[in-house]
Amino acid sequence: MRLAVEVWRQHDADAAGGFETYEVTSATPEMSLLELLDMLNAELVAAGGAPVAFDHDCREGICGSCGMMVNGRPHGPEDNTPACLQRVRSFSDGDRVRLEPFRGGSFTVLRDLAVDRSGLDRVIASGGYTSTPTNAAPEAASLPANELEAAQAMDYAACIGCGACVAACPNGAAQLFAGAKIGHLVHLPQGRVERYERVRTMVEQMEDDFGYCTNYTECVPACPAAIPLQAIAELNRERRRALWHQRKVDEAPEARPKGWLARLRTGPWWQSDPDDRPMPTER
Amino acid sequence: MTVDLDQRRAIGPEIHDGAPSGDPATMWGQRQLDLRLVNPANRRKFKVIVVGTGLAGAGAAATLSELGYGVDVFTLHDAPRRAHSVAAQGGINAAKAYKADGDSVERLFKDTVKGGDFRSREADVYRLSELSVKVIDHMTALGVPFAREYGGGLATRSFGGVQVSRTFYARGQTGQQLQIAGSQQLLKEVGAGRCRLHTRQEMLDLIVSEGRAVGIVTRDLVTGEIRPHTAHAVVLATGGYGNAYFKSTLAKASNVTATWRAHKRGALFANPCFVQFHPTSLPLSSEWQSKLTLMSESLRNDGRVWVPKKAGDDRDPNAIPEDERDYYLERMYPSFGNLAPRDISSRAAKAQLDAGKGVGPLRNGVYLDFADAIARLGRKTMEERYSNLFELYIEATGEDPWTAPMRIAPGPHFVMGGLWTDYDQMSSLPGLFVGGEASFNYHGANRLGANSLLSASVDGWFVLPWTVPNYLAPQLGSEPLPHDHPDVRATLDEVSERVEHLLGVGGTRGPDVFHAELGQLLIDHVGVERHAEGLAEGADRIRALREEFWRDVRVVGSGAELNQELERAGRVADYLELAELMALDALDRDESAGAHFRSEHQTADGEAKRDDERWTSTSAWGPPGWDGRPVRHSEPLTFKKIKLATRSYK
Repeated sequence: MRLAVEVWRQHDADAAGGFETYEVTSATPEMSLLELLDMLNAELVAAGGAPVAFDHDCREGICGSCGMMVNGRPHGPEDNTPACLQRVRSFSDGDRVRLEPFRGGSFTVLRDLAVDRSGLDRVIASGGYTSTPTNAAPEAASLPANELEAAQAMDYAACIGCGACVAACPNGAAQLFAGAKIGHLVHLPQGRVERYERVRTMVEQMEDDFGYCTNYTECVPACPAAIPLQAIAELNRERRRALWHQRKVDEAPEARPKGWLARLRTGPWWQSDPDDRPMPTER
Repeated sequence: MTVDLDQRRAIGPEIHDGAPSGDPATMWGQRQLDLRLVNPANRRKFKVIVVGTGLAGAGAAATLSELGYGVDVFTLHDAPRRAHSVAAQGGINAAKAYKADGDSVERLFKDTVKGGDFRSREADVYRLSELSVKVIDHMTALGVPFAREYGGGLATRSFGGVQVSRTFYARGQTGQQLQIAGSQQLLKEVGAGRCRLHTRQEMLDLIVSEGRAVGIVTRDLVTGEIRPHTAHAVVLATGGYGNAYFKSTLAKASNVTATWRAHKRGALFANPCFVQFHPTSLPLSSEWQSKLTLMSESLRNDGRVWVPKKAGDDRDPNAIPEDERDYYLERMYPSFGNLAPRDISSRAAKAQLDAGKGVGPLRNGVYLDFADAIARLGRKTMEERYSNLFELYIEATGEDPWTAPMRIAPGPHFVMGGLWTDYDQMSSLPGLFVGGEASFNYHGANRLGANSLLSASVDGWFVLPWTVPNYLAPQLGSEPLPHDHPDVRATLDEVSERVEHLLGVGGTRGPDVFHAELGQLLIDHVGVERHAEGLAEGADRIRALREEFWRDVRVVGSGAELNQELERAGRVADYLELAELMALDALDRDESAGAHFRSEHQTADGEAKRDDERWTSTSAWGPPGWDGRPVRHSEPLTFKKIKLATRSYK
């Protein structure tokens, strides 16, 4: 197959970048997009040129290293598939394939298609964990978890941290990423203990590095781990729960919710969840 | 051709593991009592470097940081979550005995020693089994969504090579889930400011001063800056070297450089020839296929392996009637059948391929058939068990395993060899600790399925955080070496020179070209089956290739930029040295054991034949001496709890 591969070339974060077009003449349909880049790079190196820099590692869709915009779509034309598993067979002979780095939020281009995605780690570092010191864990069987809930946690935990959701989002938001972590931990008994503090700190950090979510839902088809849109709902719900909880534990009046939130403070319906019911002494 | 071994290697004095004497079952308890402690108030005065953020590295770094030590952790990835631990699909073994099937710590221990064909250390393996129980508790507490039973308890399944159900799993992504949990703990420490994380930094050398490991030299993969880092102790958890074979099941960035550089600085390298070929990787379909995709071994629980009875039968598999199929694993190993250990399965597949019974367009695979299981269990159950693996297969091959059998083939996968360590996971260089696949001690000559996640977790969370402080304690009051110390400067200069040298060769071929050639040499000479002449020839050809590399490699670009060609060139240069040692070790070990199958040493029915008289030992190689010959030290292995027996899976 003959493909015109248009690649964003940029020497470093401070340099100006631009597209270069390369003709690849011997691509085969079963090749992955990354193998197409390997082939292009081998040709570039053989001709003494600089190969296209791109992040990649496991090449089986689990590490989350790879990622690029392919004709304007994160990872490539197939939904819910990482770049390493996107195949050349999605294109036709003579097609133009435009490869650009992921952009959005705090992502910056390091070189060509390699991008700094450390903002995602900062979100995790701000609260995406459970705090159990080594050697302090209880017997695993002592904390039963409902099979379906554990499966739901697994659905969210499957996130590979590639950043496609951010790149897909017109706002550069990381809501799906953060929501996946919130959803993962809140559906397990082990993760529930720190739920309020977690969502507060994670959202704060997320909004430092990334844009606000306005429910475009572009992230969902882009996600190689097929994280469901409900992850965003999980995050929003946890966020509201944390607000109520904060009001209960925080005696300082200025820390209480104001405006319309304050008006919702009374009334039984939102207290229906036993977790949110105030302790008798707080009344 | 006769092979004169003495021209190729020297023999050094025997070495020992430093474990307490006595019963392996009580040894770890005894050792914990003997280990020196560091007062909590003094811990922040110590600095520890951890290289690698996989299961072992993240675990050690997070725990040491939690305890209060100053930890600097380095990874060549852009995020700690990416390490190759993510790729392990099948599960993690633990002697929880949640099923009433007779499992116990003792049995996991026995299975591991037996699976390793009696070439691992009893004491270490016992500790591995003992601590497996804690690993599951810990990882569950960290939020790993292990599969559950209806009642909410943890589910287990049976995995290659054992008859009990002790493998815990999180769908087909167990490694990913453990790795994510581990990296989250690490990031928790980083976020709290207790631990410093350095991403996109590759360790290019170990700093040794007065015989102790005191730091590392790294290259910043973005800016190219080469920097020294010094500390009281260094922990290497940098994974295995299976990528020496060029195309393996490993992630592309996995490499030997950190451990090989440490070896060149004096750390002994143990059993480099013990390489496991995974029986269920996907056969190569083209030259450009960048790696061997691995299908989880758990598929063998329900899949049946077969080839056509007639060589060269290229009918559609569904058109081949039952009586013209050879279910060779079930035929040869009736009690284990399709679950026979990896080395046996790989060798059996290789024998079928050599007999011309390979299937697929390149005749380089065997069938793994699910038709019976789908008929027996129904599609829904099968989907619950394997949906993501089936999807992966469809993705990779465009073929549908629901209607036609998968094609699989053996591929280089896990290395049992690695840096030699004592019972405390400390290498022969004081101050250099090693964990996970980078070390060598648990798996002997062959690793049991679902034991790699276990060994990495045990080292990282439950061994290194106990043993590293023991080394630190007497150093109270000392400071890490200043960066202007002559030993630091000398190492730094050597690294810079080496990088300059690579860039300056000015040859005609890129590093990948050499790597591909090396991979082929290793497959041909140090592959599933080896023999003396082939190994000697392989070693010579590897050496010739290495000389050619240094004459003719072309590394484009400069050192002061993000330069992936330069990264690859440095790693290939190290593989070219390691590969020769792999061949030499395989040549030196004049027996068959586990994955190391020397065709001269086999039983009448083609099984590996150990030579327990001469080779119940670990080979630990020192760097070449003045005459250029690597020095082999032996560590004798003693078996107190298990009687040496011929491994039989019939």
